[in-house]
Amino acid sequence: MTATASSAATSEVQDDRPYLEVDDLRVQFKTEDGIVRAVDGISFKLERGRTLGIVGESGSGKSVTSLTVLGLHNMARTRVTGSVRVNGREIVGLDEEKVRRMRGRDMAMIFQDPLSALHPYYTIGRQIAEAYLVHHPGQKAKAKRRAIEMLDRVGIPQPQRRYDSYPHEFSGGMRQRAMIAMALVNDPSLLIADEPTTALDVTVQAQILDLLDDLQREFNSAIIMITHDLGVVSRVANDVMVMYGGHAIEFGSVDQVLTEPQHPYTWGLLQSVPSLRGNAEDDLDPIPGSPPSLINLPSGCAFHPRCAYRMIGGGPCDLEVPELLPTAQEGHVVACHLPENERRRIFAEEIKLGAE
Amino acid sequence: MIRYLVKRVLLAILSLVAVSIITFILFFAVPTSPAYVMCGKQCDAHAIAQTEQRLGLDKPTYVQYGEFMKGLVAGRSYGTGELAVKCPAPCLGFSFRTNEPVTDIIGRTLPVTVSIVVGATVLQLVLGVGLGMISALRRGTAFDKAAVGVSLVGASMQIYFFGPILLLLFVYTMHLLPNPGYTSPFDDPGQWFVQMLLPWVTLGFLNSAIFARLSRAQMLETLSEDFVRTARAKGLTKWKVYGRHALRAAITPIVTTAGLYFGASLGGAVITETVFGVNGLGRTAVQAVNDLNLPVVMATVLLAAFFIILLNIVVDMLYSVIDPRVRLS
Amino acid sequence: MSEQTFEPGSQAAPTAVAPRSSSPLLTVEGLAKHFPVKQGAFGTKALVRAVDGVDFSVDRGETLGLVGESGCGKTTTGRMVVKLLEATAGKIVFEGRDITRFNRSQMRALRHDLQIIFQDPYSSLNPRHTVGKIVAMPLQVNGINPPGGVKKRVQELLETVGLNPEHYNRYPHEFSGGQRQRIGIARALALRPKLIVADEPVSALDVSIQAQVINLLRDLQREFDLAFVFIAHDLAVVRHFCQRIGVMYLGKMVEIGDRHQIYEEPAHPYTRALLSAVPDVTKIGEKGRERIRLEGDVPTPLNPPSGCRFRTRCWKAQPKCAEVEPPLLQIGTGQQVACHFPETGPIA
Ligand SMILES: Nc1ncnc2c1ncn2[C@@H]1O[C@H](COP(=O)(O)OP(=O)(O)OP(=O)(O)O)[C@@H](O)[C@H]1O
Ligand SMILES: Nc1ncnc2c1ncn2[C@@H]1O[C@H](COP(=O)(O)OP(=O)(O)O)[C@@H](O)[C@H]1O
Ligand code: SF4
Ligand code: SF4
Ligand SMILES: [Mg+2]
Ligand SMILES: [Mg+2]
Repeated sequence: MTATASSAATSEVQDDRPYLEVDDLRVQFKTEDGIVRAVDGISFKLERGRTLGIVGESGSGKSVTSLTVLGLHNMARTRVTGSVRVNGREIVGLDEEKVRRMRGRDMAMIFQDPLSALHPYYTIGRQIAEAYLVHHPGQKAKAKRRAIEMLDRVGIPQPQRRYDSYPHEFSGGMRQRAMIAMALVNDPSLLIADEPTTALDVTVQAQILDLLDDLQREFNSAIIMITHDLGVVSRVANDVMVMYGGHAIEFGSVDQVLTEPQHPYTWGLLQSVPSLRGNAEDDLDPIPGSPPSLINLPSGCAFHPRCAYRMIGGGPCDLEVPELLPTAQEGHVVACHLPENERRRIFAEEIKLGAE
Repeated sequence: MIRYLVKRVLLAILSLVAVSIITFILFFAVPTSPAYVMCGKQCDAHAIAQTEQRLGLDKPTYVQYGEFMKGLVAGRSYGTGELAVKCPAPCLGFSFRTNEPVTDIIGRTLPVTVSIVVGATVLQLVLGVGLGMISALRRGTAFDKAAVGVSLVGASMQIYFFGPILLLLFVYTMHLLPNPGYTSPFDDPGQWFVQMLLPWVTLGFLNSAIFARLSRAQMLETLSEDFVRTARAKGLTKWKVYGRHALRAAITPIVTTAGLYFGASLGGAVITETVFGVNGLGRTAVQAVNDLNLPVVMATVLLAAFFIILLNIVVDMLYSVIDPRVRLS
Repeated sequence: MSEQTFEPGSQAAPTAVAPRSSSPLLTVEGLAKHFPVKQGAFGTKALVRAVDGVDFSVDRGETLGLVGESGCGKTTTGRMVVKLLEATAGKIVFEGRDITRFNRSQMRALRHDLQIIFQDPYSSLNPRHTVGKIVAMPLQVNGINPPGGVKKRVQELLETVGLNPEHYNRYPHEFSGGQRQRIGIARALALRPKLIVADEPVSALDVSIQAQVINLLRDLQREFDLAFVFIAHDLAVVRHFCQRIGVMYLGKMVEIGDRHQIYEEPAHPYTRALLSAVPDVTKIGEKGRERIRLEGDVPTPLNPPSGCRFRTRCWKAQPKCAEVEPPLLQIGTGQQVACHFPETGPIA
């Protein structure tokens, strides 16, 4: 898909191009300890009606990526380069007031911990109505009706009465539903969910994931689902991006990445998670070591100190940063110096996933 | 809520009684008799005894306390027979020095102190909180650095240093303001205002330094809260994010501190009144302590305690209004 | 670690050794904890029935998992077992002794055998103490001077949990979450306990680190023949670590059985719903598969439903479920289940 230079300033949907295009995005924070390269050259595209799963361990840059799409960083201490196009419109470097007007309608966000993400002093209903009023100024009565409608839509019983409840009076699952109601009140075309179910129980998580599914079908929105839970990704995503140390190291369809992964880190992740199947007596196969510091990323492939297949000592792994290159399968890209046939062989012969 | 209020009021009364008992005990712990202070130059044992009897100081402490409390609740009369003086409830007695009913003294001096403290509190909240909030929002800018510097200086400055400087500058040198004093705002609001201005500025400015620092810290903390990020993600304008979301959350601890600070403001008022020679409650209290003037001491101490307790209750109630999570019980 | 008595040919156990199978290490009967709370505008008193009559037992060297949704009483149960909380009712028997009403000094002796590991690797370690001091604390409190000295013992412990013994003088903030959890484990191991209550020991960790810690716990369990009460909400983690699993719902044990019984042939509708809700990578491509979807949230423990507590969300509920509370009974497949109409057969 070729990106044209025309930056359409309309909120009209353009169906001929992806709704979200991120190209070589880099985000750096100045801190006392040094420069944190939280996101270091990430590119992806997302169309309406599809879901992209972003997985990775904590600190790999998932949240930073999503906050950048909404332009929510404090620009005084953050350096953002590259390009983020929402509905054809460049967000990076865009005037704050213009980005603000896009928030909530062109792109909306659900946060991880709904208790701290909702204002403790205002009622749930008021907070949802407030989000509606941003894009429909002056329509107070309509906003209230709409908030109640959304509460109902996300499955809150007695929405009329619950409109006046405070966040602390809701259970965790209901709070997250309210968060979703708030994010969807303006029918956003892009919804970013940052670990939306991490704080929830599995039964409630299942409800929320179902709800997001339904809503996506209804509104045809694009969804970015950020999570560290591969199970959740396998359940909801069409495409998956695996992040490590601020880089995307593997990208492809959910089947490609989860059933024929080609990156050693993805293998490690899949082998680390205990499963409901397979022999429970077997030891898990964890990745040794721990995730790197983003201030002082290892040279070459950032994963090399933990990689069992690294080629170092004259080899490229500790010297050159591997590029994200296409594989034989269309749409599947991997950043690893190992030759593809070697990766395929290792995966077929050595990597056991929980399923056996 | 009602139950809570009743409980708090009962507790408040209990505290006031405790305060009065302690004041009484402290007063009688002083070895010098007030009668001795009062009878002046021609003092002999007889005169002292007579005075003591007239003031009721010859009775045991607990009897005196009982009479005092009775007077407060039901009124009492002093002396016997023809000379008896009626003192209707709430009777705080008569000043040992001037024989003026203490209630009159209070009635004269209380408005002065209330004027000073309320004005200074308004000033310190508006100036302090405003300054703190703005420097939080402009964190790291020159404004912020200047504000932090000023509040550091302010917080370490003393009233008896700052007051006289202002007095010298604005009254004696530039003649911009009249000598501080008290005119009832009901008689001449303009005069009241200009005369009170210096005490307000002195007391309020110094306290505002403390509030500026507190508000800045609070606001910075709140700005990093998740719900502020949510508010921005909704697309709210900067001012709605700050005003409606951040400020509302940041103000809660400030209200609490302001309530607690009221006690300190009363203390500050004593010094301020002394520095500017304004006859308020504070100055009267200090005078009374020096004169061993028990009725006046009692009245001022009780009054101060009453205001502090009242403010604490008000702050707690406010807290539950601001923060829906707080349930009073 | 197998004991001599189980070896073929050995006649009878030496008299000093208690016969293993006859007396469990820990037995809990009718355990309950009710927290008094104040409610509403008038501060009326109410009871949170956090745990409301729970029975289970743990053998020597056995790992029992406790699973269930947030607020079902797992932590409260664990804390009562190690006596960090006083039980409202019920009985806790450890090595044949009723410890339910043990006082502080009696408990101190028991601390040798009974330890706890906490969920949060960040707040459970004193930030002002060095790692050495933290791990040595249980030894010092109990006045133990191991051969070779405390320091040597602590360094051995650090090594056991996969930390560098040279980390002795470092402070907790210098460690990652996984390493901190290892410090907590070393501390719990210091007294060579017989039973460790581990409250969500890996929940706060990243997947790759979580796997490291689970492996470590498994190794230690085998090496020292430790018994565990392992609290977690992640069913896959529990399956991996525990031989027996108890499923809790709203302060009650609803099903308890071995790994096969719970994960392959669960009988309680709630257990089935829980398992069905877990998104599993290995089930990719089965997107269309039938899932059991529970409606609504867990009711409040202030006012639990009558009869079976699960009935408000159970798709099999009958009038009887509201009237009669189902007792925890053993069924054909071997596990104990509290349901009037248990499910049968393996799960799909
Ligand atoms: N001190 C307390 N006072 C009042 N209620 C309490 C107290 N401690 C726990 N509870 C309540 O008891 C119930 C059980 O709590 P517990 O912490 O045991 O849950 P849990 O199963 O460990 O949950 P989680 O998975 O969230 O850790 C909850 O409803 C909780 O709110
Ligand atoms: N405002 C900030 N200032 C400095 N560093 C930050 C900031 N926000 C995030 N980071 C750092 O960027 C990295 C990536 O963070 P994040 O995207 O939140 O990770 P995750 O993948 O867990 O969502 C982390 O190392 C984090 O500490
Ligand atoms: S590039 Fe080298 S170190 Fe990195 S994942 Fe591939 S083999 Fe491992
Ligand atoms: S007893 Fe009834 S309500 Fe409870 S789990 Fe069994 S069938 Fe469902
Ligand atoms: Mg994150
Ligand atoms: Mg718990």
